[in-house]
Amino acid sequence: MSSDVRFTDFKSDKQPTWCPGCGDFGTMNGMMKALANTGNDPDNTFVVAGIGCSGKIGTYMHSYAMHGVHGRALPVGAGVKMANPDLEVMVAGGDGDGYSIGAGHFVHAVRRNVDMTYVVMDNRIYGLTKGQASPTSREDFETSTTPEGPKQPPVNPMALALAAGATFIAQSFSSDAMRHAEIVQEAIEHDGFGFVNVFSPCVTFNDVDTYDYFRDNLVDLAEDDDYDRHDYDAAKDRILDASKEYQGVIYQNENSVPYEEQHGLTENMAEIPDGAPEDATDLVREFY
Amino acid sequence: MPADFNWAIGGEAGDGIDSTGKIFAQALSRAGRHVFTSKDFASRIRGGYTAYKVRTSVDQVQSVVDRLDVLIALTPRTIDENLDELHEGSVIVYDGERTTMQGVEIPEGMVGLDVPLQSIAEEKGGAIMRNVVALGAACAVADFPIEHLDSSLEKRFGGKGQAIVDNNRKAARAGRDYVNENYDHEFDYNLETTDNDYVLLNGDEAIGMGAIAAGCRFYAGYPITPATDVMEYLTGRIEQYGGHVVQAEDELAAINLALGGARAGARAMTATSGPGIDLMTETFGLIATSETPLVIVDVMRSGPSTGMPTKQEQGDLNQMVYGGHGEIPRFTLAPTTVAECFHKTVEAFNLAEKYQTPVYLAADLAMAVTEQTFAPEEFDMDAVEIDRGKVVDDDTIGEWQNEKGQFKPHALTDDGVSPRSFPGTGGGAHMSTGLEHDELGRRTEDTDMRVEQVDKRNRKVETAKEREPWAYREFGDKDSGNLVISWGSNEGAMVEAIEFLEEDGVDVHFISVPYIFPRPDLTEVINDADDVIVVECNNTGQFADILEHDALTRVKRVNKYNGVRFKADELAEDIKETLSQEITA
Repeated sequence: MSSDVRFTDFKSDKQPTWCPGCGDFGTMNGMMKALANTGNDPDNTFVVAGIGCSGKIGTYMHSYAMHGVHGRALPVGAGVKMANPDLEVMVAGGDGDGYSIGAGHFVHAVRRNVDMTYVVMDNRIYGLTKGQASPTSREDFETSTTPEGPKQPPVNPMALALAAGATFIAQSFSSDAMRHAEIVQEAIEHDGFGFVNVFSPCVTFNDVDTYDYFRDNLVDLAEDDDYDRHDYDAAKDRILDASKEYQGVIYQNENSVPYEEQHGLTENMAEIPDGAPEDATDLVREFY
Repeated sequence: MPADFNWAIGGEAGDGIDSTGKIFAQALSRAGRHVFTSKDFASRIRGGYTAYKVRTSVDQVQSVVDRLDVLIALTPRTIDENLDELHEGSVIVYDGERTTMQGVEIPEGMVGLDVPLQSIAEEKGGAIMRNVVALGAACAVADFPIEHLDSSLEKRFGGKGQAIVDNNRKAARAGRDYVNENYDHEFDYNLETTDNDYVLLNGDEAIGMGAIAAGCRFYAGYPITPATDVMEYLTGRIEQYGGHVVQAEDELAAINLALGGARAGARAMTATSGPGIDLMTETFGLIATSETPLVIVDVMRSGPSTGMPTKQEQGDLNQMVYGGHGEIPRFTLAPTTVAECFHKTVEAFNLAEKYQTPVYLAADLAMAVTEQTFAPEEFDMDAVEIDRGKVVDDDTIGEWQNEKGQFKPHALTDDGVSPRSFPGTGGGAHMSTGLEHDELGRRTEDTDMRVEQVDKRNRKVETAKEREPWAYREFGDKDSGNLVISWGSNEGAMVEAIEFLEEDGVDVHFISVPYIFPRPDLTEVINDADDVIVVECNNTGQFADILEHDALTRVKRVNKYNGVRFKADELAEDIKETLSQEITA
């Protein structure tokens, strides 16, 4: 790691094909800033993304990266980190990728508590398939596949995370650039699975969860001096409060022990001998 | 045929059948005898019929036969289930005092030894030892020195304290004495011992051992019969070599975790069975397109769907050769014996990394759960070589960067193999993707680049065909004109079937193929033969179809798909019958 890394070092020379005004620009910039601020460099950083608009992020960033299949970015990220704990691992996904097809992996990634950061670009719609309901779409949100709305409650990702035993839960807004970068940075610095749900508006297909909507409804927990992020019950109240949208670190478990530490993973597993390990003959002896 | 001895213990699942059988098999192995075991089990935890069979000889045994000399029957059903294999003079040991065994009738011509297993066990310290009393009785019948049981009893019960071990030893002796004192029947068995040292292990264990030897450090899997033993073997052992096992939430996660580990530079593996392979196929294409090395073990069982989870079949070959959308360069190896499970696993890791492709290891239930004896030299760790392929480091990376200093993980090379940079290597940062990409790994829909990348990836298979020895194993009479071909675990049964056939005056040339894709070119040998039979444990003859396609000719088939592996004597009969038939339809 080097101290003179700038956030632009994480930028690739590919021009994003996101729609002009897409929230994902801000989300990605914040991720790059947070990575640079925490002293990482592209050669020691591994970014994993799934499918959808969010999945394109690996192309626009410069680092070691994997663009996986739909919904399965989290296990890839966990595998990378377990095999080489020296790497800074960041997983990026969307609400469809992470809370629909990947919901099972989400719950188990939370439980596993691998020391990595999971950033979800939540625009409450399927953008790349041109505007169908997503798991976080409102109950009455009319789309091509839900003309009268999905008629089912949206997934509450933070509640899902809290119930699964998350050690770090945060939410941010892509257009509040400084705060968003700060929050992602806190997630990186957290010892364990740092989860950040980012409001990342889709200007093309979602005319409800807009920049204006979030600006008008966002409550920043940092401005509430009485709020204690280590207080589980307080976090639960905020997470279950459907009347507001919160920004900031909602919950952090002070006693978080990351997976790698629990399992004694410290080595870079890429380093192996030229032949069988020296004492491998012991393996045969066992079968006498 | 070697003078061999076939023994079984059968009862209900939960009766300790498996461990009792293993104790006996181990004792025989330590007495310098060859052993081949087979298991008959149902998909339930308690109840239901289960059996453990042991075939033993001073010569190598590689198969099961349709014969049972001594049967320990803990339930009446055990006798019914094995009626076909029992013969005139077979000995059945049972406990007539047990309620469930009262009134049991020993089939005509067979010898029933009524031994109060439970009473004797209780006398020696506990009813739980009744199986060990039965082992003692079996030793008396087979004239096998009971001292050989001692060390395997120690191995099995040592952890529970010396008193338990001693009680078991006494129980075994009491069983032996009871038979000697109460039955003066002269049994025609003599399990002579030798000074040879053998190891006894099954295919799943050999795969796990091969993985560690080959430098595998990262394993992710999800429990599924009959592949779970691979994960259980690695758990607790791989850590001693700096590795880690993760039990994933499902097979989709398992293969993606393994992919992540592999992408980080570790030698990584996952193992599953048919239904799990279906789920993993989603990621299989990504592995191939991103050119990530990964070993995927499919321990096949009866399918499709959940089929018969505890029964044998080789039905996934098409999946491993053709599975996945689009066209996917891959390798598919099929170990032919338990020892080959070790060697092919090592080879699979080298192929995966040298050619940066996914490699399927096609094992099957019969081989995975079957213990077999081998000389320990068969698992020569000094002979294990690790070839990591084209890995660049800080010094060599410059050759593979463009003028802007960008690394080319998918460089278009003559042999189709590109450089790899492990994360952490300076100047090697790049994205790996399942999208079609250019040399830098960036998404492209450029028509020329698409063609170049497809050609490049497929060129790896052509390169491997030239560079690797896609050898097959040959047995029997090369000039006989009767060619038999099989793949995977059928080798042992077929090798012994050759001897049965010879006794009947039929000579065959047998080729056992451990490589399914790519595979050795058998066109000439097939076309030169008068008669060609392909033997496999499936209904349609998946490998036969492939060979017909390769050689542009028709072949005969012997297929077995009732859930039971081939037995050597039965296979010989099938071959004889099939040789005389014409190809129809």
